[in-house]
Amino acid sequence: MEALMTFIFGSWGSDIAKTLWILLKIIAVVLPLMLSVAYLTYFERKVIGYMQVRIGPNRVGYHGLLQPIADALKLLFKEIILPTASNKILFFLAPVLAIAPAFAAWAVIPFDLNLVIADIDASLLYIIAMTSIAVYGVIIAGWASNSKYAFLGSLRSAAQIVSYEIAMGFTLVGVLMCANSLNLGKIVIGQVGGFWHWYVWPLFPLFIIYFISAVAETNRAPFDVAEGESEIVAGFHVEYSGMAFAIFFLAEYANMILVSMLAALMFLGGWLSPIPFIPDSFLWLLIKVAFLLFCFLWFRATFPRYRYDQIMRLGWKIFIPITILWIVFIGGMMQTSWGYLFH
Amino acid sequence: MIKKIKQFLLSLMLLELLKGMLLTARYFFARKITVQYPEEKTPQSNRFRGLLALRRYANGEERCIACKLCEAVCPAMAITIESEEREDKTRRTTRYDIDLTKCIFCGFCEESCPVDAIVETRIFDYHGESRGDLIYTKEMLLAVGDKHEKQIAEDRAQDERYR
Repeated sequence: MEALMTFIFGSWGSDIAKTLWILLKIIAVVLPLMLSVAYLTYFERKVIGYMQVRIGPNRVGYHGLLQPIADALKLLFKEIILPTASNKILFFLAPVLAIAPAFAAWAVIPFDLNLVIADIDASLLYIIAMTSIAVYGVIIAGWASNSKYAFLGSLRSAAQIVSYEIAMGFTLVGVLMCANSLNLGKIVIGQVGGFWHWYVWPLFPLFIIYFISAVAETNRAPFDVAEGESEIVAGFHVEYSGMAFAIFFLAEYANMILVSMLAALMFLGGWLSPIPFIPDSFLWLLIKVAFLLFCFLWFRATFPRYRYDQIMRLGWKIFIPITILWIVFIGGMMQTSWGYLFH
Repeated sequence: MIKKIKQFLLSLMLLELLKGMLLTARYFFARKITVQYPEEKTPQSNRFRGLLALRRYANGEERCIACKLCEAVCPAMAITIESEEREDKTRRTTRYDIDLTKCIFCGFCEESCPVDAIVETRIFDYHGESRGDLIYTKEMLLAVGDKHEKQIAEDRAQDERYR
């Protein structure tokens, strides 16, 4: 390919070939991601339906399998309404700001041994940075809409995401201490050798806190006060319609998949198989992520929405102290002769 | 004090949350109760109050004698009747409109009718495509009655002994 490009474009050829190759890799990640987002919505409706003794969508296609495609087409053809007196540039920038980091974070996710777009050493740090940027999309959407519901929703969401980020960051410090690396690939390799070597066991409280914070971070039920249909209509995206709304929707679900992926990589051994003599494979990662995503839907079907002050109490007064205590505990244990349990 | 500490430690186990999740997990595998509407329908009572219809006698004569009791009793004022004297000196309606967008399907018209002319059928799935479509005229009501006379008569006969 490089030779062909050199032949066509001369000295620029190798650069163009490299760029094309990177683009191809990006498409290979983003396209399946978009598809899985679409089918996650189908999966969600089915699971929640089943838990409510209904059957969920089953009309479009075999068992309703074409439902997400019908939904996407509907949203594509709907009009995008611009509210009067809204800030036009920011209004259209907000969905982009919401989705871009949700996709960008996938650049450093390893799907299998050495199967990663960008194998950088500080990948964990990069992911924390990317997931933090996502909050800007929500804030700008709420502000630019010129609607009080959207504004209230974005305020709630901003406070919530910022406070849960701290607890989430601390849980990652625990992983960091165990793995001695910020590279996601190395973190997974640190867990090699059967499910009893996974970091869930020494970091069990941190895993639970990470997962609950992840639910809060992605604004999912029971922490979905930012949307809170019953009190602030639909929160920060009330004024969005058509494709602009669909992009927010896409970002939310892409973030869900991302945090499940991270949980699987950091705590559940990523692509490693639970039992040593079964070969490691990308499929293991898929199974783990699918289970965690199922838990997201399971929570939504089970728990009523938290009150705003309860969310803040949980984040600041329970999660942060526990994570700090556990980090101190791990740090202490690592200095004793039982330290090998935590590596 | 000890009780408080115990409760705090218990709350960290998230037992209530797990119990709730177990419950939804049980329902996840429970038998689903959805009725697949166009293919399946729920059973209906013979007193079901659906779309209105005007009936005829077996000889084809319309039952309605334009007494206007239904018009008077209708709480939603959905019925409009105009009448005249026919050549055979009987009083008949020239106009019998029911505005189904006003109708609340209370069944008072049927109760008040001395000749069982206006009745409510079991039909509940009908539609109109523009605003006027749901104002049913005499002809439309009679057509509904003609089409479903068998079912209407059967339901009335079944209910007769409770009246």
